[in-house]
Amino acid sequence: MSAITADTIADFETRYPAVFNPPFWRRFMPVLIAAGIVAYVFYCWWFFSIGTVLAGGQWQRAELYARDWVSYAIKTTVRPGPTGATVSYPRFSELGDNPNPSWVVRDGNNVAILFGSDKKLDINDQRVIVTRGGENLTVLLATDGAKPQGPLPSWATLKEDQVTVSFGFAGQADIIPQRVVVSRRFLGWANFVFDTSSPFWGKPFGEVASLIVSGERIKPEMSNASLAFDNIWFNSSWQHGDVWTKLLQTIVMAFMGTLMASLLSFPLAFVAARNITPNFFANQITKRFFDFLRSVDMLIWALFFTRAFGPGPLAGISAIFFTDTGTLGKVYSETLENIDDKQREGVKSVGASPANVQRYGVLPQVLPVFASQALYFWESNTRSATIIGAMGAGGIGLKLWEAMRTNTNWHNVAYMVVLILVVIFIFDGISNALRSRLTGKTQH
Amino acid sequence: MSRTASPELSSDGIQIERHWQELAGRRRAYSWIIAIGLLVTIAGSLWFANESNAGKFFDRLPHLFDFAGDLVPRDGWEVWRAMFDLPSPYFDGSLKYDYPEGRVYLFGGFYMPEYFYKMLETLNIAILATLAGFIFGFMICFLAAKNLVKNRFIRFAARRYMEILRAFPEIVIAGFFAAILSLGPIPAMFAVGIHTIGALGKLFFEVVENADMKADEGLRAVGANWFERVGFGIVPQVMPNFMSYALLRLEINVRASTIIGAVGGGGIGEELRLSIGRGHQAKTLAIILLLFVTIIAVDQFSAWLRRRLVGEQAFTVGG
Repeated sequence: MSAITADTIADFETRYPAVFNPPFWRRFMPVLIAAGIVAYVFYCWWFFSIGTVLAGGQWQRAELYARDWVSYAIKTTVRPGPTGATVSYPRFSELGDNPNPSWVVRDGNNVAILFGSDKKLDINDQRVIVTRGGENLTVLLATDGAKPQGPLPSWATLKEDQVTVSFGFAGQADIIPQRVVVSRRFLGWANFVFDTSSPFWGKPFGEVASLIVSGERIKPEMSNASLAFDNIWFNSSWQHGDVWTKLLQTIVMAFMGTLMASLLSFPLAFVAARNITPNFFANQITKRFFDFLRSVDMLIWALFFTRAFGPGPLAGISAIFFTDTGTLGKVYSETLENIDDKQREGVKSVGASPANVQRYGVLPQVLPVFASQALYFWESNTRSATIIGAMGAGGIGLKLWEAMRTNTNWHNVAYMVVLILVVIFIFDGISNALRSRLTGKTQH
Repeated sequence: MSRTASPELSSDGIQIERHWQELAGRRRAYSWIIAIGLLVTIAGSLWFANESNAGKFFDRLPHLFDFAGDLVPRDGWEVWRAMFDLPSPYFDGSLKYDYPEGRVYLFGGFYMPEYFYKMLETLNIAILATLAGFIFGFMICFLAAKNLVKNRFIRFAARRYMEILRAFPEIVIAGFFAAILSLGPIPAMFAVGIHTIGALGKLFFEVVENADMKADEGLRAVGANWFERVGFGIVPQVMPNFMSYALLRLEINVRASTIIGAVGGGGIGEELRLSIGRGHQAKTLAIILLLFVTIIAVDQFSAWLRRRLVGEQAFTVGG
C-alpha cells in the first residue's frame, strides 16, 4: 500500500465535501443528544428529589423483607423465675398448640436456646450467658435493667434497660429484666401444606400418605383424602384455595378479554382498512373508534367497569376487552392495508363473490399474523390483569397488593409471585410455540 | 369439498384420493375438537367470571353507565375550572370545589395547575423509566444474541435474567420499594423501569440477531476486539430499530405509570383514584380528559418519530 500525497488528500476533500465537512448539526448530533439526556436526568433528579428519597430510604428494611420471602421466625418468651423458668409461645404459633421444639432445652431452672452449633443463650433467674462463636457475654438480670458484664461485642446493643443480641440469620434475642424475647428464624415456608389446626399437621409424608390411603377415618363424615384436601385448601396462613381461585380469575380475565377483543376487532378491522372497504367515512369512523378505545386508558376502563359490575373478573375482562379491541383493531387494520393485492385480484378475476374474495384472497395472508398478534397480547395481558386487579378489578393482583400492604406477609407475596411467574412462563412458552408455528419462523 | 373417486382414476389415483379424504377428514375432526374445546372453555370461563364477580352481569348491566353518570358536571365550564384551578362559583367551603388550592407556583404569580403538574410527573416517570430500560437493556442485549456470543451459558443467563425482569409483576416491585422508600413516584419508576429492561432487552437482542454480519466480519478481519465489533459493526445498524422500540415502549410506559400511580405510585393516576374516591365529578372528568389528550399526544409524537427513524415497518407490534 503506497502512501497518499497531499494532493490526493485535497482531491478527496473536494470530491466528498459532505464526508469531510459535515454540517454542524450532523457532526455534533450524538454529543448534543447525550448532553440533552444528561441534562434531562439531572432535571428529573431535582424534580423528584431522587437523591433525598434514596438517602432517606430504609434500606435495612430491604434485607429484612427480602429475608421474609423465604424464611419464617418463631417467637418465644422465656420468663426466668426462682422456682423455674416458663417458656411461652404466642397463641397462633407456627409450632401448634403444644410446642416442644428441639432448640429449646430445659434443664432444671436453666433454659438453653440453641441458635446453631456454636450460638446459644443460657438463661437462669440470675443471668443470661450469650455464646456466639468464641465470644461470650454475660448479662445480669437486675430488677432495674439488664446489666451486661464487660465490653459489648459488635453483635450486641444496649438500649436503656434492654440488651439485644443478634445471631445473624438464625435470629435475635431481646434481654429485658423480667423476660427474654427470642426470635428464631428458619429457612422455608412454615406449615405450607397443613396448618396447625389440621389433624395431619406435623406428621411425616409417609404417615399422611398411609392415613389417606388406608387409615381410619379421622372425621366420620368425610374420607381422609377429602379431609386432607379440605385442610390444604383452607390452610389458614397460606389460603391456597383463595389464592388459586384468584389466580384463575386473573387468567380468565386475560384469556377472555383478549379473545373477545380479537373476535370483535376482526370484523371491524375489515371496515377500517381502506383497501378492503373503499369508503372514507366508514374507515375514519372505525379508526377513530379504535383510537378512542385505546386512548381511554385501561386504568379508566377498569374503574368504569368496576363501578358497573363491582370488583371481580367481569370488570377485568371488560377493561381488557375494550382497550385491546382498540389496539388489536389498529394493528389488524394496518396489517390488512399492507397485504398483497395480487391474490385478491386473482380470486376476483375468476368471478368470486365479495365474501369469497375476502375468504380466499385476504384471509390466508393475514390470519397467521392476526393470531400471532392476539397470542402476543394474551401473554402481555396476563401481566396487565395482575395490575388492574390491584386497582379493584379483583383477581390475584388485589390479593397481592393487600398482602404487601401489611408489610408482614412477604412469604405470601413470594408464594403468589412464584405462581404468577410460573403462569406467565407457561403462557409465554405456549404463545411463543404457537406463534412460531403460525408465522413459520423459529424463535429462541 | 368432498369428491367421490371418479371411474377414470387409476388404482394409484384412487389410493391417493382415499388418502387425501382421510387426511381431510382427520383435519376436520381436529378442527371440530378444537372448536368445541374452545367453546366449552369460553362458556366455563364466562360462568366462572360471573360467579366469582361481586355483582352479576345481568343484574349490573343497567348500572353500566353509573361511572359516566357520576361524572356529569354542573355546567360546561366546571371541567375547565377544575383543570386550570380557577375559583368556582359553587365553592361552599368543602373540599369539592377548592380549585385554587391545587396550584403549583413556579415563580411569582405564575402557577401551573395541579393536574398538569401531576401529568408531568407521570410523564417524567415514564420517560425516565424508558431511558433506564433502554440503557440497561442495551447493555444486556448483546450478551443474549447468538451471533455475538458463542458461549451458550452467558446467553442462557442473559436471556433468563431478562425474562425474569419482564415477568416479575410490576406491582410487587412497586410495593417492595414503596415499603423501603415510602409511597411516591420513585417506587413506580423502579417498577416500570425494571420491567422495561426485560421487555426492551428481549426485543433488542432479536434485532441484533437479525443484523447483517458483514460489517462485523470486516471488523474482525482487521483485528477489532469484541467491543469494537459491537460498537462499529452492529450498533449503527440496529440503533434506528432500538430507538423505534424504545418509543413504542414509551407509549406503553406512559399508560403503565398511570396505572402504577393509581395503586400508590404518585402522579396523575393517584390523583384520579383519590378524586373518584372523594366523589369530585368535575375534577375526575378534568383528569380523564387530560389523560386522554396526553396519551393521544404521546402516541402521535412517537408514531411521527418512529416513521422518521425506520419508515413504515415501525408499526409492527410484538414481532
